[in-house]
Amino acid sequence: MPQSERQQKKKKDAAPPSEEAAAANPEAQQKGRRLKEDMDRLLDEIDSVLEENAEEFIKNYVQKGGQ
Amino acid sequence: MPLRKIFGTETEYGVTVSGPGDVSPVLVASMLVGQYGQAELRRVKWDFQEENPLRDARGFEAARNKEAAEEEGALVNLVLTNGARYYVDHAHPEFSTPETTNPRDCVLWDKSGEAILDASIKRAQEILPPGARVHVYKNNSDGKGNSYGTHENYLVDRAVPFARLAASLIPFFVTRQIYAGAGKVGSEESGVNDVDFQLSQRADFMEAEVGLETTLKRPIVNTRDEPHADPERYRRLHVICGDATMCEVTTFLKVGTTGLLLMLIEDEALDVDSFTLARPVEAFKLVSRDPSLETTIELADGRSMTACDLQWEYLDAVKTYLKSGRGDEAFGGSSWPEDVVAKWESVLTELDTDPSTLSGQLDWVAKRELLQAYRERNDLSWTDPKMRLIDLQYHDVDPERGLYYKLVAGERVERLVTDEEIKRGMITPPNDTRAYFRGSCLARYATSLVAASWDALIFDLDGQTLKRVPMLDPFKGTEAGTRSLLETYAEPSGLVQALQG
Repeated sequence: MPQSERQQKKKKDAAPPSEEAAAANPEAQQKGRRLKEDMDRLLDEIDSVLEENAEEFIKNYVQKGGQ
Repeated sequence: MPLRKIFGTETEYGVTVSGPGDVSPVLVASMLVGQYGQAELRRVKWDFQEENPLRDARGFEAARNKEAAEEEGALVNLVLTNGARYYVDHAHPEFSTPETTNPRDCVLWDKSGEAILDASIKRAQEILPPGARVHVYKNNSDGKGNSYGTHENYLVDRAVPFARLAASLIPFFVTRQIYAGAGKVGSEESGVNDVDFQLSQRADFMEAEVGLETTLKRPIVNTRDEPHADPERYRRLHVICGDATMCEVTTFLKVGTTGLLLMLIEDEALDVDSFTLARPVEAFKLVSRDPSLETTIELADGRSMTACDLQWEYLDAVKTYLKSGRGDEAFGGSSWPEDVVAKWESVLTELDTDPSTLSGQLDWVAKRELLQAYRERNDLSWTDPKMRLIDLQYHDVDPERGLYYKLVAGERVERLVTDEEIKRGMITPPNDTRAYFRGSCLARYATSLVAASWDALIFDLDGQTLKRVPMLDPFKGTEAGTRSLLETYAEPSGLVQALQG
């Protein structure tokens, strides 16, 4: 799309919803909570698979001879 | 007129062994490749006759001992039944996809490569001492200034002057990072200490605009001239500035947008001058180091634009070109150009408004979201080793360990191919390029094959006579063209005779 049209669209889309609007919208609040719970679960899972002793592991990861 | 495209990727994987014992990276790489190949595939050598990584696209040849280069490369080498090459390149296992004709197929076999590395880990694990574990990462740096490459390959019309090709591509490569970057914690360029997170794995290592090197003084546009096809008609553009990407959408966009742009360049439908950057190498780093995407870069004509602005202009040029119908014959009725344009447009729109909505499509956004959330919950600084570990482990190809695969398991990532297709792609080749013939011959006649390469197969028919079957056209050797022939001959002697008849 032409540059001018795109800039307009950019502005319009970027306008954040006001706080009152968010507070008045229980659906959005619920969705926000669910997203946070999902992310927490994901972070727990990451903790369970992350290599032990991050500092040592990172230190030992050396790759020579690459293109 | 533009050429129909061939797409492919080659990925050097990072490897390490944790636990007791001291296993060298070269040994791990050899174990991974060696353990994966069945005995009959292991004895088929790579045919180096047409290989010359020192031939320069600008028309000269660099001085280096070619035999030494061949010996290095010949250590462990497999040509697989899916048409891919899987081998040890220095200290890295490297997987080169078979030739594909569209970005989605390229994604599919790129992913099959990851699955092959994962299967290799499981087999190599069996011969390691107890407690030792192999880790394989599909990324491009060790965080200490050592990089390893993920190269893209595109078939390009030899008639396009290389200088124009390079000039047209540089600003595109500088700016496509905003969707094609895999994301990285920190910077590895000496003296640069103020970068928490950047878009690209490779930007720190770009030092020149154009050149033949791939291991030092790395250029944005690489001039290696090995077409692996009829050199009168084709060149193979060897792109070395891109990242190894995990998200299917990211890989799809990376190769799809580049393929489209190449067709415009071939058809002289791109106004090169209107994109020329004042200082491309500097711009490559500036763009990478600003995840807010607000940084402007200077053009040679004095204008300053964001990377996103420039990408919109490329997209506009591509859309105009598609409308003109001039590329229709080369596209052959395939919908991939429209699919790429639609995804490209939607991603640029989101990058303009709210990039965080792209965490299911773009690697750098997905990785950054993980890092941010983990950081906030544990109150860590960006320089904490755990930040680097998350960055690295995002690229672990083992689905049990890899953080990208955790996102997939949580259905947080948009898929373009299915797990079944990926699994099939480990064994079977694409059906619409010469990879079909190569892979099928490996599957049927491996014990009679002495050597194989991108553009030839060498058969040993009776223990005395070697027959070389050239495959100089990447579009020939398809399923439609060769399946009935392959099915007619249980023995390769009949096949070779029929081909030469």
